[in-house]
Amino acid sequence: MADKTKAEGMLAELKKGPYPSFIRDIELAAETNKMAQDLIGLLELSYQEKLCHWKHGGIVGVMGYGGGVIGRYCDVPEEFPNVSHFHTMRVNQPAAWFYKTDALRSICDIWERRGSSIFNMHGSTGDMVFLGTTTPELEPTFDEITKLGFDLGGSGSVLRTPSCCVGPARCEWAMYDTLKVAYEQTMAYQDELHRPYFPYKFKFKFAGCPNDCVASIARSDMSFIGTWRDDIRIDQEKVRWYAKDMNLDISDVVVDRCPTKCMSWNGKELKIDNRNCTRCMHCINVMHLALKPGMDRGCSILLGAKAPILEGAQLSSVLVPFMKMEPPFAEDEVTYEDLPDLIDAIWELWGEEGKNRERVGELIQRIGMGNFLDAIGLDPQPEMVAHPRTNPYVFYDLGGDDDEEEE
Amino acid sequence: MADAPTIEELAEAMYKMVKDAAGKKQYKAMDIQKAMKQLYPGTVDKKMCKESIKILINSGRLVYTYFGGSFIELPHTEAAANPDKAE
Repeated sequence: MADKTKAEGMLAELKKGPYPSFIRDIELAAETNKMAQDLIGLLELSYQEKLCHWKHGGIVGVMGYGGGVIGRYCDVPEEFPNVSHFHTMRVNQPAAWFYKTDALRSICDIWERRGSSIFNMHGSTGDMVFLGTTTPELEPTFDEITKLGFDLGGSGSVLRTPSCCVGPARCEWAMYDTLKVAYEQTMAYQDELHRPYFPYKFKFKFAGCPNDCVASIARSDMSFIGTWRDDIRIDQEKVRWYAKDMNLDISDVVVDRCPTKCMSWNGKELKIDNRNCTRCMHCINVMHLALKPGMDRGCSILLGAKAPILEGAQLSSVLVPFMKMEPPFAEDEVTYEDLPDLIDAIWELWGEEGKNRERVGELIQRIGMGNFLDAIGLDPQPEMVAHPRTNPYVFYDLGGDDDEEEE
Repeated sequence: MADAPTIEELAEAMYKMVKDAAGKKQYKAMDIQKAMKQLYPGTVDKKMCKESIKILINSGRLVYTYFGGSFIELPHTEAAANPDKAE
């Protein structure tokens, strides 16, 4: 009888080489876990037959929640009874994925007893993904993780688990406290996270600076990207040090690569036309000892990104060019305190007008950005588009009397 | 304008809607909300609908399901669930 703890056949190919191998990891789990043993067998069968033997989705979950559990069943239960059920549980990660080791140990202990003992740390959305358990184990697992202070994340047509970059915890470029905002938004929208009320999924991601380490511009419906609105701080002495001591060709590596060509370098002094700077941070990344972001900080809110599931991939585009994230707040500016109203307006429109499985970015494409902005009560702004005069949804109010126009 | 239904009355109307459609049509939460707004014009809002759905889900009379999107349905056994292999 074949050793069920060892992957052979085609899977053996995936153990070769110096690279991390998920097959080796499953083998390790299979030494003590029967689900992992049958997982190896089922995966080999799928590779041999070039067929997926999983069916996902369905009715399973924990009482009261509409997300966090993804039902998964195998269509050859007679052959692999231990993965007949192989449900996934998504568990909301701490902001920026900071764990204490005893928390991780406790989580692993639970999953060794209740499931396959295999995790995906972390899923694309950011959750801890507990891979593989049976229906009867769902509620007990949920009970145990909640006692540890964790909760399920989002799945289905809900607000997916918000995630953020490491932010000010370890990064000097954080323009706002991404961890705090991610936590606050997660707590504020618990109902939307656990109880499906949307046409389809909706994701928040919080990036502390334009480097966007969580790739929020591509991977979230609503991205919050840290930025600043005053001038880049320049230490000219250090700029010259880069040129002389570090032998950096500033013209080639920095100035010529500025997307808006807003910089100049004469060999002695670097000049930046901040009015035309888009805050891409390329120059700062290259000469981080000489250039620093400004001190008037906040974030830009972008909307509409998605991966290619039903339609093609989209990047998000600017909705709010600058939102002040920390007090003191001025009365005439958009601030963090306005965020709930903005989110509600977007969700209200999307809920009313969105088709089944239509992401908010697809809704914007379908009804047009002008109509979308009008419906949520935002005025178009130049920062929303790359070339204002070529975009048909930008209308200029040239003044005059409405009555005269009607005539 | 008609009197506003209580949360419980609204929940009953929602339950009936889902039950009548069982096996024929799956409803999302927003479909149910839109139907309730039509049934009780001008007296029902999103907050009331959410409360009513919460009552139905927490009592187990209705459940959330996922089949490409999230729906609200009567509890049922899935054909793919392999119930005898759940041990």
